[in-house]
Amino acid sequence: MGIVTPGFQGRARSADEKLPPGQYLVEDFPVLSAGPTPRVRLENWRFTVTTETGQKHEWTWADLKALPSETPTVDIHCVTRWSKFGTSWRGVSLDTLLADVDTAADYVMAESHGGYTTNLPLEDLLDGQAWIAYEFEGEDLPAEHGGPARLLVPHLYFWKSAKWVKGLRLMLDDDLGFWEAAGYHSYGDPWREQRYQGD
Amino acid sequence: MVQGKLAWRVGRLAEVRDETPTARTLVLDVPGWPGHLAGQHVDVRLTAEDGYSTTRTYSIAAPADGERVEITVQRVPGGEVSPFLTEVFAPGDRVELRGPVGGWFVWRPASPDPVLLVAGGAGIVPLMAMVRARRQAGSRAPFKLLYSVRTPEDVYYAGELRRPEAGLDVTFVYSRKGPADWPGEPHRIGVADVNTAGWPAEFAPQCFVCGPTGFVEAVANVLVALGHDPRRVKTERFGPSGS
Repeated sequence: MGIVTPGFQGRARSADEKLPPGQYLVEDFPVLSAGPTPRVRLENWRFTVTTETGQKHEWTWADLKALPSETPTVDIHCVTRWSKFGTSWRGVSLDTLLADVDTAADYVMAESHGGYTTNLPLEDLLDGQAWIAYEFEGEDLPAEHGGPARLLVPHLYFWKSAKWVKGLRLMLDDDLGFWEAAGYHSYGDPWREQRYQGD
Repeated sequence: MVQGKLAWRVGRLAEVRDETPTARTLVLDVPGWPGHLAGQHVDVRLTAEDGYSTTRTYSIAAPADGERVEITVQRVPGGEVSPFLTEVFAPGDRVELRGPVGGWFVWRPASPDPVLLVAGGAGIVPLMAMVRARRQAGSRAPFKLLYSVRTPEDVYYAGELRRPEAGLDVTFVYSRKGPADWPGEPHRIGVADVNTAGWPAEFAPQCFVCGPTGFVEAVANVLVALGHDPRRVKTERFGPSGS
């Protein structure tokens, strides 16, 4: 427990078990990105998985939309302390996309249009935990929220859910992505409050 | 990473300055503060008598100066933290801080490149740290600041920004009501403002844009449309007002 600041009372204490430590609930959907919003034309859109041996698996927009989709409804938690409950998405499970990919890698670097990157353990993308999402609340995913398609990994802080995703690079060893190299936590579990390196 | 950067430290409020009727600058003395870069943030943790605590992130408003940390807090009506920090928190009172945080949205005084700063409302805070860092370092980097506010009464750091300073051009845009001597009509920031008050894209300036989501989205799109390299446009969007 920290030092008491005299006179500070705070709000009614919420004992919401769905809210990770240090988070507060919002109703809107704030936009946070490090640069301008990239605009990606669907006819040029590709999603590429590159294995550690350099083997590439590629999907066009039509390929992606032809795959069986899922409609997860999930809570999301941003490291800037807002959480939003019950967001609904449509996308393709990474289990589906990675089904035929032959790899010995333990780690993944997600790469986006605009140059953003973020690193994740491969196991966090499997077993129904992650999607390439292209609809939000029944509508096409807006560009400012990462459309045409973003990675959705709701069990980690939301910076891991890379907007404008264009590919996954499989890696034998972990490496640091954009925010991770700037001092944010390499894994980013909201329930363990892993905001910054060393948390 | 600076060793111990993420340790919680106890800061003591040294002085306050009211910037506007609803915004107050808090100058804190934080023993052990490791220093920071212009553009970085600090986490502020408040704890009540019963042990309840809550944390908010604030941009730092001034460059590193020993163990001093300045933030400017905009009072949000009904907010959990900002009414306390702007009305109750008094010199001598203590609060916990941790930081600095963030290494992307920063200006380094060694950089000679031209700089364009575009602020929307409270988005001026980290950009003011850059203006002050330039002055503190004696940098000759040419700076332009484009500052959008609703009315003249909403300008933070008004006296300081209205004093002429070599190598710093300041342009105000008023979205609701301008001062009597302002030639324009109140309007939301647009292509003409950014084009006139900014640098040509071929100068390859570093651009920093900070403010509410819609504002940042609009300005960043304008900069890209005017030919600026998106990799040189750094943005910081204020999500929900960190009340």
